[in-house]
Amino acid sequence: MDSGLIGSVVTVLFFLLFVGIVWWAYHKDNRAKYDAAARLPFEEDGRGDQAHSEEKLQ
Amino acid sequence: MEAATYNYKVVRQFAIMTVVWGIVGMLVGVILSAQLIWPNLTDSLGPLAPYLSYGRIRPLHTNAVIFAFGGSALFAASLFIVQRTCQTRLLSDGLASFVFWAWQLVIVLAALTLPMGLTSAKEYAELEWPIDILIAVVWVAYAILFFGTVMKRKTQHIYVSNWFFGAYIVTIAVLHITNSIELPITLTKSYSAYAGVQDAMVQWWYAHNAVGFFLTTAFLGMMYYFIPKQAGRPIYSYRLSIVHFWSLSFLYMWAGPHHLLYTALPDWAQSLGMIFSVMLIAPSWGGMINGIMTLSGAWHKLRTDPILKFMVTALSFYGMSTFEGPMMSVKTVNALSHYTEWNIAHVHSGSLGWVAMITIGCMYYLIPRLFGREEMHSVKLINTHFWISTIGVVLYIASMWIAGVAQGLMWRATNDDGTLTYSFVQSVVTMYPFYYIRLLGGLMFFTGMLLMAWNVWKTVSAGKAVNDARIPEAVQA
Repeated sequence: MDSGLIGSVVTVLFFLLFVGIVWWAYHKDNRAKYDAAARLPFEEDGRGDQAHSEEKLQ
Repeated sequence: MEAATYNYKVVRQFAIMTVVWGIVGMLVGVILSAQLIWPNLTDSLGPLAPYLSYGRIRPLHTNAVIFAFGGSALFAASLFIVQRTCQTRLLSDGLASFVFWAWQLVIVLAALTLPMGLTSAKEYAELEWPIDILIAVVWVAYAILFFGTVMKRKTQHIYVSNWFFGAYIVTIAVLHITNSIELPITLTKSYSAYAGVQDAMVQWWYAHNAVGFFLTTAFLGMMYYFIPKQAGRPIYSYRLSIVHFWSLSFLYMWAGPHHLLYTALPDWAQSLGMIFSVMLIAPSWGGMINGIMTLSGAWHKLRTDPILKFMVTALSFYGMSTFEGPMMSVKTVNALSHYTEWNIAHVHSGSLGWVAMITIGCMYYLIPRLFGREEMHSVKLINTHFWISTIGVVLYIASMWIAGVAQGLMWRATNDDGTLTYSFVQSVVTMYPFYYIRLLGGLMFFTGMLLMAWNVWKTVSAGKAVNDARIPEAVQA
């Protein structure tokens, strides 16, 4: 196996890996999970932290 | 009930030092830009003069703004965000204190040794070997602190900001240690383990990824938390942020050779660097769009909220400089732009426009919350700060663009008989008007930081350090 072939194989593998990541990120089964994750910064609101109220932020 | 609260102390310490080191680092930058106009500016200072010579304080400027200002901001933001989004206290308060004080020691040692002329002569890695070792120790402590906190999280998912911070911490450790392998000769002198073109390649692999993972990836982690918080709505597309993260991480690692076009570096490596740099535009703009679109449906907030103005303007500069960067790494463009003031324009569009402005926005969000205040002492002053720094950056970048293109064109111009049309000194003289405009732009940005310092001072002195920020009890998965 020469280095050119290894380079080509690695390129193809990385491309497939990337396609896999996109597929995984946009798969509809994961939608609810990611929507919940996106709300993580807001789940703290309205509880504790007497120093300031953040209810104006949703 | 210590465990039921967040550790705000270390965040507060780093947040305050962000402002302090920002002022110090930018002041040195202003002095440097004045020295380019008046080369004898600091000569009359007698015994002090050598310590303030351009060659010695230039690395002081870059190290101070990147690692002292930017570094402190990233420590503050990452240690705040990892606690809030993992809903748990930092792994160890002692380790947090160690990271803070040891990092300040690194900065002070840098501020002492660089003006003394002690340098390993590697750009953005000038510090000599004992300080390199200290940096490595701090970084490992930081990694344990950060990942340890992620591991004891109470949330199921690891929020995307922490992914960006995680990649930044791991990559910077690898870069710093690899590039700093050197042979010590005395306490203050060492030689790199690499030689010739290998040394250059390792150096620019390090330096470009310092830009990529320190000044980009980590600040994107900041962006992914603070923009949603300040806008009051979740990130536009969480899925896009995942693709953004992985594509950025895959591509950035290979872009370093674009600093070495038309050098002794093998041609294939140069082309590789160029191609990966051009591809980088995709994840960069994906991330920018994700941040800006978070405001969709809430654009009116931009009219009244100066903190959001800072953040969105930062993203605009990010988009601009990540378009410019790939373009400049194309060989034919690089032939004109390299070694000219255009590089300085590009760097400051990234560092002032993106890094500093997103940092300033985040600090204005963070500091009142760390001191038990609703908002900064003067919101009006934040607005003034926004405009003075935006106009400052624009003056800075525009003048250096024109200067750079003029310089590049003058250097490459030849007469019919093949001789150079312009002598080097002619190109230097051409720079003068642009250097004045750049100094003005830099001064404006620096003035903005002074306004910020006053505002922070008033906010802090009327506030009270918050040490009882409670962690929410139950978490829905």
